[in-house]
Amino acid sequence: MPHDHNDDHSHSLLPPDPQLQVKALETILSEKGLIDREALDAIIDVYQNQIGPQIGADIVARAWQEPAFKKRLLADAESVLGEMALSGRQGEHVVVVENTEDTHNLVVCTLCSCYPWPLLGIPPSWYKSDAYRRRAVHSPRSVLAEFGVELPEDKKIRVWDSTAEIRYLVLPERPAETAGLTDEALRGWVTRDSMIGTGFPKPPEAG
Amino acid sequence: MSNKPHDMGGLPGGAIVPDFGKEAVFKEGWHGRALALTLAAGALGRWNLDASRNARECLPADDYNRFSYYEKWLAGLTNLLVDHQLVSPDELRAGQANKEAADIAATPLPAAKVPAVLKKGGPTRRAIAAEPCFIVGDVVMTKSLSQISPQQNNHTRLPYYASVKKGVIIACHDAHILPDSHAHFKGEAPEYLYGVRFLAGDLFPDPERPGDEICLDLFESYLQPVKI
Repeated sequence: MPHDHNDDHSHSLLPPDPQLQVKALETILSEKGLIDREALDAIIDVYQNQIGPQIGADIVARAWQEPAFKKRLLADAESVLGEMALSGRQGEHVVVVENTEDTHNLVVCTLCSCYPWPLLGIPPSWYKSDAYRRRAVHSPRSVLAEFGVELPEDKKIRVWDSTAEIRYLVLPERPAETAGLTDEALRGWVTRDSMIGTGFPKPPEAG
Repeated sequence: MSNKPHDMGGLPGGAIVPDFGKEAVFKEGWHGRALALTLAAGALGRWNLDASRNARECLPADDYNRFSYYEKWLAGLTNLLVDHQLVSPDELRAGQANKEAADIAATPLPAAKVPAVLKKGGPTRRAIAAEPCFIVGDVVMTKSLSQISPQQNNHTRLPYYASVKKGVIIACHDAHILPDSHAHFKGEAPEYLYGVRFLAGDLFPDPERPGDEICLDLFESYLQPVKI
């Protein structure tokens, strides 16, 4: 039975340059028949080219347009996403939280970097940074200010610290300027940050 | 203070550098390889996601604080590979497999199965016979870290900043695998998982707004009832 790895130092046997570490591990594991290099390419392809915030944006745009869908999404996102074949690794159990006139939601993982991968892809560097992990629960307003987000004095912030296997997606408020827009045009307003809570929906950039 | 460097919620920190959606998914080529290696090695089934997190948390504090994100992943992976005797220290030193070593009976994850494996993920919900101890609206007090894990190095998902604090149950997420047990290969030990809401004023002596809220998902054994 493997022992618990408390203060293990095996990693220090590898060269300090992480590029060389990757090369060494890949060589050793493929020589031993423990990994298939093509599988590595396939994993990278999924996260680089297939999964990303456009998936979450589709969900948000649909929720803005279809009240019945929105109601189900907020009540039981896991079933809704399961039916749409949108669950998956790091998003097996998803809860969607709605921004309202009174409350702004913000998502963080203070202990590591939990994030709804199947809906937003791999988290950006700042989400995984010590600064965000340290400050989001204690100083959400100053954190938001660094994203250019100012909230009215009387709006409450609700921070979601993803401490277990539940992943959170923010359903931002639909901007009044999007009245009349549908589908594609509406999706363009939904930014990744607006689904984490560090931004608002905004008009798509030209080009 | 918590004795583990990863448990940093609520501490002062530096400036945040937003990317506004512009950053590449993998900023460096090796980032993607590090992630893919971790997932592909994990698919061998010798350890679970909780053990992977624990391996990163158990890095010496100097390394944890010094390493970039994917360097932590690589270090955690390397230690798991050695602990589980899939790779030897000599092989790490040499940067290649020892041709004399006995074969390991394992089937590598094939490329064709990658989409299905990622789609399936690793759901953690489990059915248990017991009834939940708490219902929505109950006031609870979180335990101290030493109550939860008398051994200092035990893995837990209760952050220090939310320990010994009063909160209210806002959701019951059914029962889920308990990371505190699973990370140490002591079984899934599923427990009810609750959404618990805390007031900023109850968590921190100097909150921005005492009425702001912080919600965490906490396991039943992290909580004790509060009589009102």
